[in-house]
Amino acid sequence: MSTSISTERETFRLSMLLNDKRYRSYTFQFFALLVLICIIAYLGKNLVENLAKAGLNISYGFLGDPAGYDINQRLIEYNSQSSHLRAAFVGVLNTLLVAFLGCIMATVLGVTAGILRLSNNWIVAKLMTIYVEIFRNVPILIWILIISSIFMGVLPQPRAFRGENPEATMLWDMFAITGRGVYAPGPIFFEGSLVVIVTFILSIFSIFALRRYARRKLYSEGRVIKTSWLSLALFFIPTVVIFYALGSPIGLEYPELKGFNFKGGIYARGSLISLWFALSIYTGAFIAEVVRAGIQSVDKGQTEAAAALGLRTNFIMNLVILPQALRVIIPPMISFYLNITKNSSLALAVGYMDITSTLGGITLNQTGRAIEAVLLLMLFYLAISLSISGVMNIYNRSIMMKER
Amino acid sequence: MAENNAPFVRHELIEEQLPPVSQRGIVKWVRENLVSSPFNFIMTVLSLWVIYSIIAGSAPWFLNSVWNANSIRECYDILDGVNGACFAVLKERFPQLIYGFKYPSTEYWRPNITVVLLLVALAPVLFRKLPRQLLAFSVVYPFLAYWLIWGGTPLVPVIAFLGLAFGIYCFRRFSARSFAFGVIIAVIAASFFWVLGGYLSEANETFLALEAVPSRDMGGLMLNLLLGTIACSISIPLGIVLALGRQSNMPIIKWICVIFIEFIRGVPLITLLFVANVILAFFFPPDTSIDLILRVIIMMTFFNSAYIAEVVRGGLAALPTGQYEAANSLGLDYAQSMRLIILPQALKISIPGIVNVSVGMLKDTTLVSIISMFDLVGMIRGPILATSEWNGVYWELFGCAAAIFFVICFSISKYSQWLERQLETSNR
Repeated sequence: MSTSISTERETFRLSMLLNDKRYRSYTFQFFALLVLICIIAYLGKNLVENLAKAGLNISYGFLGDPAGYDINQRLIEYNSQSSHLRAAFVGVLNTLLVAFLGCIMATVLGVTAGILRLSNNWIVAKLMTIYVEIFRNVPILIWILIISSIFMGVLPQPRAFRGENPEATMLWDMFAITGRGVYAPGPIFFEGSLVVIVTFILSIFSIFALRRYARRKLYSEGRVIKTSWLSLALFFIPTVVIFYALGSPIGLEYPELKGFNFKGGIYARGSLISLWFALSIYTGAFIAEVVRAGIQSVDKGQTEAAAALGLRTNFIMNLVILPQALRVIIPPMISFYLNITKNSSLALAVGYMDITSTLGGITLNQTGRAIEAVLLLMLFYLAISLSISGVMNIYNRSIMMKER
Repeated sequence: MAENNAPFVRHELIEEQLPPVSQRGIVKWVRENLVSSPFNFIMTVLSLWVIYSIIAGSAPWFLNSVWNANSIRECYDILDGVNGACFAVLKERFPQLIYGFKYPSTEYWRPNITVVLLLVALAPVLFRKLPRQLLAFSVVYPFLAYWLIWGGTPLVPVIAFLGLAFGIYCFRRFSARSFAFGVIIAVIAASFFWVLGGYLSEANETFLALEAVPSRDMGGLMLNLLLGTIACSISIPLGIVLALGRQSNMPIIKWICVIFIEFIRGVPLITLLFVANVILAFFFPPDTSIDLILRVIIMMTFFNSAYIAEVVRGGLAALPTGQYEAANSLGLDYAQSMRLIILPQALKISIPGIVNVSVGMLKDTTLVSIISMFDLVGMIRGPILATSEWNGVYWELFGCAAAIFFVICFSISKYSQWLERQLETSNR
């Protein structure tokens, strides 16, 4: 053989750890890890010394102790004798409640404002631009405070509803909008109500099944089945029939003025409503921008091409424009939903009892367990953030461009 | 032959006529823009009604406003039952809103000058047409601003600056041989300089000294701007480093950065402020007391840098792989390729995002009022609304705070849009 491949391996030398590109990254990572461990050890040492000096320890025993404070907006049973853990749980539910309501309303507001900003009606477009710019450029905390001061200051107090000739009257005798909160009729469930609810859920499922069947027929046989009237009928008729057949098992409880306050029905405190409105109006302005950008990102040629294929206007929107616009809109939308959840922690400023106000506020101040409480608080938000972004990422992947 | 017998021949052109009234001028505009369809007409009427009710509701409030009064009672007496604003509170409490209630009133000129100089220092950074020599002032500015705001002897910032300059000089001198060697030499040289200088400044505490103002006396809008600018300016380099770390192919570095970024982005700023308020002190060595404002700046910097890291990562990901490969094929090492090829392009893409995050940071500085620091919102909710004179003046105060933030944030975002157009080089 005339050719000889030089297989002579370089022997490993210590200096190669610094000078050879292949090994240098190991050296670098080793030192980074070393520095990190040193920092953590140093902080840990300080923590232990400081705790010992202050006579404190780390323990989650306080969660079982009675909380001793009252929570006026709650979704589950709770009284001042319940444990701190239960108070935190009430707070968790309250956070989720306001975040859920806020996400829905922000989406509605944002999508409406985003579409209207593209309207060819000059006044409407300008009005929406003003809305977006004003709300985007002012801190959310100021909006929360402004809206809650409107709520407290402008709306009538419950006592204004009293007397022969009251200053304020209830809306359609059902809703009482007061400075303390909004009272609305609440459902009461009698015997047999479960059947009605189950029927309703079943009819919703059957609507989905019907639509799926219609689509399959369309794809396989090219036959168009009109589903709109049928689904409307499915939505109402079975539930209404069962409802009256069982003798109206679900009733409404109206709020009534008793003494100085309203009793009965559903009660949403002013703090909840103002936080909810502030979060959704503020985030709605951001969503409007994203929606506008998403719609504008779809090339005009797409609309024209779809029209050239002979598609009708609503098909053009549903089959061509929206799927492409959603691809741009969804990812920032996820982060706005997360922002609503995180910003709901500003409940502290208006006294809404969310997790930050219960666990991070009153519980922390009463027990003095700062490290434990704040750690739990962070873990809760982290879990929420990671799970929302996980779910949304799965959805995002399902609508992503299928590239070959 | 006979002449043309045609009964009528026009000899001159008819004058041009204007288009029909419905097709020109304001009528056309109104027809096309406001009443093109029934739905559009309804929208127009609705918006006109909204505009009318906003103006009708707020105009008397502004027109009847009272500017001279000493308390809300006097305001009501002057208004005498008429709907009107009580802007007197803004006039009377103006210094508190801007500087907080503890900053010595004889020293208000110092923050004022600092803000004016801030604009001067930012100008060459913001507008590239200005002469580059002005950047020298931008470099000196942070040290000057520290001296003006906190007071004390100017020797401290001067020594800090000279030490930094000396360290950078050493780095330049020695980094040719090896990057790590240069860094180590520079750190040693700068620390040596600072230690020596420390003795010097301690010995001359009264040299050219301004009245020292402790951090806890800062307040009002000044505190917002202080927190915002410091947190933003530190977090941009930190965010770039984190983004590069997250892109790195060294697993340990990558995971440290990923965990840091995702953790910070997963929790609300308010919990980080709780950490700054009640927990962070536990992690410092016993018997040291770190200012609350400094702890808040640390947490806000972490918070902002995680978000900036994500923006920069987006910019890095948007660059075509060819750019990385081209840098490699030229034989540039990692630091060179990042500095000369990747980062300039990636940062250009990320500018709008970075500005958005920074505006968000500036707005989020109002959250410090929740851990009872007296920033603009904290001043309003605390010392102003709590006094008996002004208890109940919500609209004027919060409206003023909103207006101030709107002006600042709106101009920053307009600037970023302008810059985006300036940097647009692709489709010339």
